[in-house]
Amino acid sequence: MQQLLNFFLKFRTSILFLILFNISLALTVSVHDYHKSKLFNLTSTVTGSIHDFFSDISNYFNLKNENRILLLENNRLKELEFNINKTESKLSQGNEKYELTTASLIKNSYSLTKNYLIINKGSDNYINEDLGVITSNGIVGVIDKVSNKYSRVISVLNTKSKINAKLKKSNHFGTLEWNGNNSNIVQLLDIQDLVELKIGDTIVTSGYSSIFPKNIPIGSIKSFKLNDTKDLFIIDVKLFNDMTSLEHVHIIENLNIKEIEKLNNE
Amino acid sequence: MNSSLTINIIRFVTLILLQTLICNNLNFFGSLNPFVYVLFIILYPIGSNRMNFIFISFLIGLVIDLFLDTGGAHGTASVCIAYIRPLILKFSFGAAYEYQVIKINESELPQRLSYFSIMILLHHFILFTLIYFDLSRLSTIIYHIFVVGVFTFIVTMLLNTLFSKN
Repeated sequence: MQQLLNFFLKFRTSILFLILFNISLALTVSVHDYHKSKLFNLTSTVTGSIHDFFSDISNYFNLKNENRILLLENNRLKELEFNINKTESKLSQGNEKYELTTASLIKNSYSLTKNYLIINKGSDNYINEDLGVITSNGIVGVIDKVSNKYSRVISVLNTKSKINAKLKKSNHFGTLEWNGNNSNIVQLLDIQDLVELKIGDTIVTSGYSSIFPKNIPIGSIKSFKLNDTKDLFIIDVKLFNDMTSLEHVHIIENLNIKEIEKLNNE
Repeated sequence: MNSSLTINIIRFVTLILLQTLICNNLNFFGSLNPFVYVLFIILYPIGSNRMNFIFISFLIGLVIDLFLDTGGAHGTASVCIAYIRPLILKFSFGAAYEYQVIKINESELPQRLSYFSIMILLHHFILFTLIYFDLSRLSTIIYHIFVVGVFTFIVTMLLNTLFSKN
């Protein structure tokens, strides 16, 4: 017993090291899991309020640019209003109903491989998980965790992100992913090699996943090549959104999602 | 209060704030951010209790992890370099370390350079291996280790020179 105790005392630094090492390794691995929401709720209150405070200050410097963007958007909406009899409103096709909530970004990130953004609306504002986030230019990501006052968005610049997208011209659809290299360029995969592609073609959301409505712009084709087995395209898509300077975003909620999910599960 | 304790607490808080509010948003050449919080582990007083030292290093890594959503990669890297620091000190400072008489900021420049660079390279090696964790992206990992490593090295050396007492 005495020897055992001596052993522990002698190697106590190494033992502490091993314990802490294993804890942090376990944490690293558990990033890939979905069981972190409890911890997220706890920690986001602290880190969120710090980011909140400092983004309040830095927002001030972007006011001019933001005003310009708002003006442009107002302009576009006015145009839509005047032409309402001729063109259908973009977000209400058929009997699909979408509700939009505005939010502002309090933490942006685009330089890691798994980028998460934090926005200042949470379950207090009736925000749920799996809602889409867009700006007036294009898509931003999908909400993956919600705390009371904040929510976390998986950016399209996240190697875990998978979004359904299609070619605007021909309706061929594929999966939008990111390889982690360039914060301007994402990859559209799973498009058959029979499809004719042209550089500059527009990529939009497909509307099959019921997170995003149809025809929200994503980006334009920058270049494309065949994959190793020569049957599918790997398309580099240049995003319309500048992910490095996001400020105000819209959260889209599909009001029919419960009905669609019910149908899927039957 | 004990002055070394006060200095360490101030250093802990300042470096975390500096890291999360400024350095994480630098994005040099698109995506390069220095990890200046390593300076805390590098400058922690030599000859103090090793158990406390390892635990505090773990803590600072974990706080950075919370801010960056990296799980525990920073924590792992920090706790590793904290554990092997005596070996690196012995390698860089030689006999002076054996007698516990060195002060990092009063040592000669070549010794200090080798100590800083080994600590930072080792930290970045563990960090980026864990963040990417993918052998097929070995070139990206190596590129980040060296480029971010050099960047961190320059910034930490500058900060250290700027805020040392003499």
